[in-house]
Amino acid sequence: MQIAFYLSGLVAILATLRVVTGTHPVHALLYLIVSLIAVAMVFFALGAPFAGALEIIVYAGAIMVLFVFVVMMLNLGESAVEQERAWLQPKAWVGPAVLTAILLIVMVVTLASGDYTGSISGETLTAKMVGISLFGPYLVIVELAAMLLLAALVAASHLGRSEAHDEADLARERQRELNGQRELNDQREFNKQARASTSSPRETPFDASDDKAGTQEGKA
Amino acid sequence: MSWWTPQVEATLIAMVQAVVILLVVVVSGAVLSMVERRLLALWQDRYGPNRVGPFGLLQIAADMLKIFFKEDWIPPFADRTFFVLAPAIAMASLLLSFMVIPITPSWGVADLNIGILFFFAMAGINVYAVLFAGWASSNKYALLGALRASAQTLSYEVFMGLAVMGIVAMTGSFNMRDIVNAQENVWFIIPQFFGFCTFIIAGIAVTHRHPFDQPEAEQELADGYHIEYSGMKWGMFFVGEYIGIVLMSALLVTLFFGGWHGPLLPPIVWFLLKTVFFVVLFVLLRAALPRPRYDKVMNFGWKVCLPLTLVNLLITGAMILIIDPAT
Repeated sequence: MQIAFYLSGLVAILATLRVVTGTHPVHALLYLIVSLIAVAMVFFALGAPFAGALEIIVYAGAIMVLFVFVVMMLNLGESAVEQERAWLQPKAWVGPAVLTAILLIVMVVTLASGDYTGSISGETLTAKMVGISLFGPYLVIVELAAMLLLAALVAASHLGRSEAHDEADLARERQRELNGQRELNDQREFNKQARASTSSPRETPFDASDDKAGTQEGKA
Repeated sequence: MSWWTPQVEATLIAMVQAVVILLVVVVSGAVLSMVERRLLALWQDRYGPNRVGPFGLLQIAADMLKIFFKEDWIPPFADRTFFVLAPAIAMASLLLSFMVIPITPSWGVADLNIGILFFFAMAGINVYAVLFAGWASSNKYALLGALRASAQTLSYEVFMGLAVMGIVAMTGSFNMRDIVNAQENVWFIIPQFFGFCTFIIAGIAVTHRHPFDQPEAEQELADGYHIEYSGMKWGMFFVGEYIGIVLMSALLVTLFFGGWHGPLLPPIVWFLLKTVFFVVLFVLLRAALPRPRYDKVMNFGWKVCLPLTLVNLLITGAMILIIDPAT
């Protein structure tokens, strides 16, 4: 189990590095997917298969798909790769990298001085145990997360609603109908006048055949 | 021999079982392509492929030979890594899902305690096959097909998971063996009828079968995401689809129809009979139903199936609490 843990941890770190240093957007996303699957493997190795499965289903299987979806729609070509390469100059990343390295040293020193001798055991956390602790001591956090999701849902449905467009469309449709009606009325009026001038007693609604009949009558 | 311990024997038996299951699944996926054509022909008053061998049985051999010896061509404008990766993901993720399906009390590959979740994880990975294939092909029809496929699969996977949660709540476990054992007296089709309805619809949609084959609609998209593929790479998508049918049938049998349980006949026969029944049902659906419009497919998923599964889950939870409030 320890070997599995360290191997998948290493894969996760390497893949994430490639996400940051890669210049091709879609290839970087592939590395990000690999990284997420490696993190899921870390969970499996730690004896938390439920968390690992959820990691794959939710992150690799749903959220990343949307990322890939959007990036593919953008149709990024060679120019995007060039731009990425231009942005990835040493002067852009050296500063943050040095500062992060200092933080890493601090963390390593803290970990080394502390008493963390617990080993990776084969103990398995089942879904039932996760559920009991989620809906027991952490109930408030679950409810708050649910409210946050609800807020996001409301916002998304507000952004995605087509009501405004529908109303504009409806108004345009009504206007077109009105115009059509007016034209038809005009035509009828015109016909009536034309018939009146040729002294035709019949009063019929305007259409193509009637029009023809009218002209024939006119000729006669 | 000192190394021949019961543990080694058990390991070897498990390995042989796994290999046999793998081979049976792959071969049945391939044979299904011929069986489907014959069945479709039968229902449409045609003959179908009946020239090669007795009853056209060797048609599958001819098809496979052709696929294997066809030129395996990668378009110069394609992204090579993704182009090669996509068919491998398509087939591997579906094959891996067979790991969790218990076939008989003694047969099965892995006895995972996350069972059904593993299948959902693999189904989630399977989306990438279509997405990558469509994008790597650098073809607008392929991209359109891939976008449709991923949107459709994502929407239908949401309630596919929820449809099964009723069963998980009743069994109290994600483990497939526990789920089958819980159906010894009553199959879950009876208490979970709406779960079954939504699960079978989602299953068809996730395997991109008729009538949910929007991503590869011939009339509109000229074959969708695998338009640029040829040879065995295309063959892997093709066989992958049939493996998906076998997988969904096996899952339906395990989750809703009592798995290997049944009177008189041995467990393996019951499991195979039920699975074949659902495979034939999938083919019959293709023969009988027209393809709905894409927006209707999405609307149906979100506005009918999702609320139905939520209501089903709510009622199941309430019933469990009423019948057995102690646990």
